[in-house]
Amino acid sequence: MSDTGGQPLVQVRGLKMHFPIYAGIFRRHVGDIKAVDDISLDINESETLGLVGESGCGKSTAGRAVLRLYDITDGSITVDGTDISDVDKEKLRHLRPKMQMIFQDPQASLNPRMTVAGIIGEPLVEHMSLSRSERLERVYQLMDAVGLNRSFADRYPHEFSGGQRQRIGIARALALNPKFIVCDEPIAALDVSIQAQVVNLLEDLQEQFGLTYLFISHDLSMVRHIADRVAVMYLGKIVELAPRDDLYERPLHPYTQALLSAVPEPDPVREAERKHIILTGDVPSPSNAPIGCNFCTRCPRAEQICREIEPEFRQVEKGHYTACHFVGDTEIKTAEPTAGERVKP
Amino acid sequence: MSENGAAVLDVKDLRTVFETGQGAIHAVNSVSFDLKPGELLGVVGESGSGKSVTMMSLIGLLGTTAAIVEGAHVNFDGMDLLKVSEDDLRAVRGAGIGFVFQDPMTSLNPVFTVGFQLMEPLRNHMGMSKAAARSRAVELLELVGIADAEKRLSDYPHQFSGGMRQRVMIAMALSCDPKVLIADEPTTALDVTIQAQILELMKELRRKLGMAIVWITHDLGVIAGIADRVMVMYGGQIVELAPVIQLFENPQHPYTRALLQTVPSVRGSRTERLRVIEGQPPILFSPPQKCSYSARCNHAFDRCLSADPKRIRIADGHDVACFWDPETGGPRDE
Repeated sequence: MSDTGGQPLVQVRGLKMHFPIYAGIFRRHVGDIKAVDDISLDINESETLGLVGESGCGKSTAGRAVLRLYDITDGSITVDGTDISDVDKEKLRHLRPKMQMIFQDPQASLNPRMTVAGIIGEPLVEHMSLSRSERLERVYQLMDAVGLNRSFADRYPHEFSGGQRQRIGIARALALNPKFIVCDEPIAALDVSIQAQVVNLLEDLQEQFGLTYLFISHDLSMVRHIADRVAVMYLGKIVELAPRDDLYERPLHPYTQALLSAVPEPDPVREAERKHIILTGDVPSPSNAPIGCNFCTRCPRAEQICREIEPEFRQVEKGHYTACHFVGDTEIKTAEPTAGERVKP
Repeated sequence: MSENGAAVLDVKDLRTVFETGQGAIHAVNSVSFDLKPGELLGVVGESGSGKSVTMMSLIGLLGTTAAIVEGAHVNFDGMDLLKVSEDDLRAVRGAGIGFVFQDPMTSLNPVFTVGFQLMEPLRNHMGMSKAAARSRAVELLELVGIADAEKRLSDYPHQFSGGMRQRVMIAMALSCDPKVLIADEPTTALDVTIQAQILELMKELRRKLGMAIVWITHDLGVIAGIADRVMVMYGGQIVELAPVIQLFENPQHPYTRALLQTVPSVRGSRTERLRVIEGQPPILFSPPQKCSYSARCNHAFDRCLSADPKRIRIADGHDVACFWDPETGGPRDE
């Protein structure tokens, strides 16, 4: 899926993560919650892939599954040349330093009874044999890297603000020099003015250490800022994946179009002129997904074929993938008519 | 601020102090504003800027144990809400002033049906019979776009999705035809496509019912789409108040200007690097003696550290509490 030469750092093929539902007195297996249902994507070295979607679409589950925090149902995941989809726990543990995670809620992901130095130093204790002073030196380096004052090393998480706590979480993720970091809504719990600080920090660190990010977020405007390529998820599937500017300027899938249209514009004049696509209804349950296209229950363009046949996720332009029956085959064939369509709102 | 006598809500010099173990926290510091009939006043600011506390203080939702609410007056419907008895205040809440909270899951009671909760204010405030309240409840659910309203009355909150629950909350707030609706971050917990539905619904309800709305949010995009006037809060004070177009086109306060620059957009040009406001919002252990934004402000000069700027009028309906003048780049002459 990558257009650049060489192997992508992360390769995901046909990833499925189903959670079984048990019911009745015999706890019979009555169905599955298909949180992630057959997704494939590549993440190139030192790029940021944004993964966007509404709550419950499976983006966080996908992020966790890619790091093998779950035992996946099906599919393959290759990180830096190693297939990790089926390796056992002990082996996985040795692979962990390469891939790390930054969590959404910095309050819940930091142990309240450990000092900052303890939290940031814990991965070093687990995975490296350093002396106490070497470890402290490394903790100080990391604190400098994320912009925390060294004198805070002996304080506890509750003494910090949300933005600073997120910095502690980032320092911990960086401790083992990872190549790949999954950022699961790292800014969702922060204030607007603090969000920008953390996003800038993530960008600086990426440049400094050559990091590769999978940036999971529901904030489309922030993803536009940080990501190089963007994947849009809906009900466990990727409906569109494209380079950032392509996706934001010429969204092809009706869901992406509706999602972008729903984001309010911080400009009263333009906002008043803009025409919104208002989707009706809610996202169906992932345990009982519709037949055919997952989006057919809310899609303004849905026709009979959408309720019968699941559209294939395919490349419609160079690097631009989407899963919709009406893209690429019928009216939207080349770039020109689509660009024209964008002009009349 | 209250030159307009027809205002439905007129707040003057409201102050709220919380007594905590670490000392008194001055959450709201001398806030004055008015709300005209039928207008939508947007309130923006970061968490901790005092936007919710201001609105909750007005209608006595903070309780009397930890919070001390003082002020010159809060005039609503011929009463001063700061002086009336608890019983009168209770009658105003729900009937005269409706409230929609941020999180629809925690603000609905999980053990009662939605129908019961919708009918409760109707029977208490309006004295309706059970049958009348029921038919009104159906009407309300239909008004906020819930299909199959009759049947859904007997459903419990957990049987509704987030967007639907927020619709129920709105229906409940509207049930007694309030003159003022206070919506505290009503779409923050919702997804964008659902947020778009709720915003559309609110616009429609405003056209139909014409009540005045106070809309608290931190999302400038939402404000741009629905507000008539915007009030920017920082450190428990109003730092700028202006008609929406004027605020976005000609922001005066450095905080407003910075806020507008930190938000990325999904449309238009994309900046290489996000502008940040360095530092943290303040926690005020005493009434402000200096400008509370001065520690994070790029334009602060000595006067900002020695006196707290008062709000001054710079154009029709536009006022700002700042000593710095963006036009000249120097101190504002008064």
